[in-house]
Amino acid sequence: MRGLFAAVMLMGIYSFLGASWMLLLDAPDVAFTEASVGAGISTILALATLALTTRKAKAPARRPALPLLIVAVTGAALIYGTLDMPHFGDPEAPASNYPHPSYVERTEHDIHVPNVVTAVLASYRGYDTLGETVVIFTAGIAVLVLLRGSRKRRPTGGGGEDAG
Amino acid sequence: MTDHTILRVVSKLLLPYVLLFALYVQFHGDYGPGGGFQAGVIFAAGFVLYGLIFGLTAVRRVAPARMIELVIATGVLVYAGTGVATMLMGGNFLDYDALNSAHPSTGQHYGILVVELGVGMTVAAVMIAVYSTFAGRGRA
Repeated sequence: MRGLFAAVMLMGIYSFLGASWMLLLDAPDVAFTEASVGAGISTILALATLALTTRKAKAPARRPALPLLIVAVTGAALIYGTLDMPHFGDPEAPASNYPHPSYVERTEHDIHVPNVVTAVLASYRGYDTLGETVVIFTAGIAVLVLLRGSRKRRPTGGGGEDAG
Repeated sequence: MTDHTILRVVSKLLLPYVLLFALYVQFHGDYGPGGGFQAGVIFAAGFVLYGLIFGLTAVRRVAPARMIELVIATGVLVYAGTGVATMLMGGNFLDYDALNSAHPSTGQHYGILVVELGVGMTVAAVMIAVYSTFAGRGRA
């Protein structure tokens, strides 16, 4: 498929599907993030990139035999890896026991907040979330510096060929 | 896209609700799904929609680049400042119990609310800034 517009749309649809899986797994917070960031903003940014560059991918210069082999082997390894994973909804699974269930029990007493995810994110793991916020801050500043800096150097550059 | 009447009218109708929903997700995050990250992105999505329909100049009029940069930094400062405030009030860094020592759980409520606000500000401003820099590149 050479049409990048269709590729971006497929990515957005896949993201929405991912959000629905998260919802089925009882993780509405993650589903929310996936739908808004993955399907929403990422799609818009990819479309904005298309508007700056081109809507058609170049034909590959070489035959895709080696990449295809690597993808197939990696995919097989990943599927092999899932064979050892616990069954869906298994109460003994590590995902059900780590972080320790006492977070769920203690949140009601410690914080009086019904949404345990928020309690863990903002209070029990407040340092981590501060770190994440700083990561977003740093990434945003980096993008601004990169994009604005290159515009100043080449005031007439339309960003046509290298904006990807 | 400024000459599409239907798009203009529909997006104008939708915009207040997008922003209102973002605020709901932001401040209701302790009770329902959501929180600062999601709210920030939804809030930014409102600006992106506005930019798509009414053009980047309109967005820059509402949210000047200088202000957006300030909000990016302010969000992180609000978060870290909450930690410093809890230290000044005798607790550990980001230990919200100290915000209201008589009722630790109330302190936790305040702390989570303020901290999530900081997250939301930074996320929303970063998304708006990244979008408007991306969209502004083509016409430089």
